Amino acid sequence: MKFLRKTLDGVKPNFEKGGKWEKMYFAFEAIETFLFAPNTTTAAKGVQVRDAVDLKRLMMTVIIAMVPCLLFGMWNIGHQHFLAIGQTGTLGEKFWIGIVQTLPIIVVSYGVGLGIEFVFATIRRHPVNEGFLVTGMLIPLVMPPDVPLWQVAVATAFAVVIGKEAFGGTGMNVVNIALTARAFLYFAYPTDISGEVWTYLGEGATAVAGYSGATPLAVAAAAAKGTQVVNEFNSFGSTWAPGIYSFQSLFLGTQPGSIGETSTLMCLIGALILIVTGTGSWKIIVGVFGGAYGMGLLLNILAGENAFMAMPAYYHLVIGGLAFGAVFMATDPVTAAQTETGKWYYGILIGMFTVLIRVFNPAYPEGIMLAILLMNVFAPLIDYFVVSANKTRRLKRATV
Amino acid sequence: MGKHIRLSKGFDINLAGKAAPKIADVELAETFVIKPTDFHGLYMPKAVVKEGDTVNAGTPLFHAKNHEDIQFTSPVSGEVVEVKRGEKRKLLEIKILADRQVEHVNFKKYTVSEVASLPVAEVKEQMMKSGVWANLVQRPFGVVAEPTATPKAIHISGFDTAPLAPDYSFLFKGQDQFFQAGIDVLKKLTSGAVHVNIHTQSDLSTVFSQVKGAEVNKFTGKHPAGCVGVQIHHVDPINKGDVVWTINPLGVIQVGKLFLQGIYDASRLVAVTGSEVKNPQYYRTYTGASVKKFLSNNLNQENVRVISGNVLTGSSIGKEGHLGFFDSQLTVIPEGDYHEFLGWITPSNKNKLSFHRAFGLLSFLAPSKEYVLDSNTHGEERAFVQTGVFEQVLPMDVLPTHLLKSILAEDIDEMEALGIYEVIEEDLALCEFVDVSKHNVQEILRDGIELVRNS
Repeated sequence: MKFLRKTLDGVKPNFEKGGKWEKMYFAFEAIETFLFAPNTTTAAKGVQVRDAVDLKRLMMTVIIAMVPCLLFGMWNIGHQHFLAIGQTGTLGEKFWIGIVQTLPIIVVSYGVGLGIEFVFATIRRHPVNEGFLVTGMLIPLVMPPDVPLWQVAVATAFAVVIGKEAFGGTGMNVVNIALTARAFLYFAYPTDISGEVWTYLGEGATAVAGYSGATPLAVAAAAAKGTQVVNEFNSFGSTWAPGIYSFQSLFLGTQPGSIGETSTLMCLIGALILIVTGTGSWKIIVGVFGGAYGMGLLLNILAGENAFMAMPAYYHLVIGGLAFGAVFMATDPVTAAQTETGKWYYGILIGMFTVLIRVFNPAYPEGIMLAILLMNVFAPLIDYFVVSANKTRRLKRATV
Repeated sequence: MGKHIRLSKGFDINLAGKAAPKIADVELAETFVIKPTDFHGLYMPKAVVKEGDTVNAGTPLFHAKNHEDIQFTSPVSGEVVEVKRGEKRKLLEIKILADRQVEHVNFKKYTVSEVASLPVAEVKEQMMKSGVWANLVQRPFGVVAEPTATPKAIHISGFDTAPLAPDYSFLFKGQDQFFQAGIDVLKKLTSGAVHVNIHTQSDLSTVFSQVKGAEVNKFTGKHPAGCVGVQIHHVDPINKGDVVWTINPLGVIQVGKLFLQGIYDASRLVAVTGSEVKNPQYYRTYTGASVKKFLSNNLNQENVRVISGNVLTGSSIGKEGHLGFFDSQLTVIPEGDYHEFLGWITPSNKNKLSFHRAFGLLSFLAPSKEYVLDSNTHGEERAFVQTGVFEQVLPMDVLPTHLLKSILAEDIDEMEALGIYEVIEEDLALCEFVDVSKHNVQEILRDGIELVRNS
């Protein structure tokens, strides 16, 4: 370590004021502070000791919470692949296919995003912020397994430049950056990110007879009047993958979908990590699940002939990306409501809107993405009302 | 009977180096310093002594240009050796070389029954000319009390929950009659009540429990329960237009002594604390003492930070510095000027305390362990990202994040509406400690307070 420190100290003067690479100071600083926590001390006045936490550690905690989703997602890509082509594979083979499909997407996402971060930090002369550490992992997890890499690059660039840097960088953005990337692809290249893209078949491979890549959301939306969605789920894939959309399978995540979002169980493990470490707001997570379940129950009552409306409410919690969105997207502290009371409203409304969009707008089956983006925009309004209530309490007291 | 208030929010920072309840035997410090910068809202302080003058305890040293009646007086007798000025000749400090035996200026003495019938004007005059007035702090803004104002209440915090704080029952032992006399005098200054706020769990000193004529309120909870601003918020909150005064128990005792004995007695016990002090214990000295004598042969290592006050609100003064006017505590911790390899992610070692439980921060598993913390910032300043943390360490109905953002936006109406009148730096000090983005919360708050005060 001493050698590394000496090397850094040796080249540091080149990056400081008057040095030949002065302009690159913040790029150097980002690498230096990544390797070594800085030696800065507290100011002469004010707190003399600081909490051991910093933004890097906080972001790293979120990434750790995503690891179960990532690992399961990798395995599931291989699992779905073998199911679709009618063969069996070992655990290792399944994993390997997942790694081959996923790793390039992760590399492209981080490469493009961090590259832009460094460029902006250098031009704007501010330190490189850690926000992209999380975003860079979130983007691959919400992509289809065989998304073209250039699309990942374009989406990431769009999200970071328009979604974040245009507003002033980490902490200033209005909407969630990873979801901006996903929404960009969704509207710019709809054919590549909807329909039957969720299973990686492989070059030249042919699917087994009877194969369908329809997602549970699509199956539910297509259910005919008077039928039971649950029956449709249970009979789906009976010729090539019996029980693929059974409740148990949906909960465990052995179903086609975006790389990291299929498993509700893995998302719940992530949620546990976020809640125990206090990194993510439990109020938002519980709010989203509760809001979606409540809305599902309400639709059950009003359902009548409509099959999707009549689907048991708890199925809403395991199909699509609701769990992943609730745990990792909705809890983004920058774009969520920032008051504690506001977080309840924010979460519940996301859950309700997700189900509403799913059921009433089959053109956009993935309701959670749109619901979160919508509520990102309304989060400041929610906070406005909560803050106003605080101000009113103070004013009322004054007249007494 | 006062109220009983239970606070659940807050955080106790458990540090190594608590002062043992005994008084060290060392000779008196050589120099004493009074710094006008310890007082907020002091307009252009003017020195009334020059180098070479001899002074007694209670001789005026300086006063504000717009308040010649409020004197800031010498804590000891001796010779003025330095009048230190900064840019534009701003008065920074006045240093006195102390005599071995402290001589006092004689003010008028009263008996207990005379005090009861004293007119308010006479009380104020005696307090202002002797120097004890400086102990009165006015809210909003935390400035020197304005003599023409009549506060709606006077609040006294009878306990200190800050890290390694001195034990008040030890600090003020045997001062019962002076504290009572001080309360009797202060009662004349307010239209409302004098509140003495005590903690239910600490050893209760008779000084506070036997007091008559004051409302005694009980508090339960962690730091910042001992901050008088938090107590005011729960007992009788400050609204726009209200004026409230606060004073610490030592100030009350000084007021009592002034009227019963006719002297400005600036003697005090100081707790010398912190992990780098060999023998943490109490020392008998006077306000503004040089810390040199307390630290000689008493440090575990040389690379230390010497803090007047506690680690949350204190100031770094150096090994040859002097204690601040309001401080009865000296804290010495290791300086944190080192690089740590991958320090942002390595799991917690024994010196990492955190309110958070993010990856590798395990201090929450051992809440009663005593930590050795240094002055390293553990990270760099960033934009506000994490939310909902400040709220967990501020037991007040105030939204700290929104208040701070309104200050950064210099929006005075918003600051007022969000409750800037109710807080000063110490109330939000824990927010600064737990801040993931490492903002200087107390500095931002003071800027906001000054902005509102001068508007």
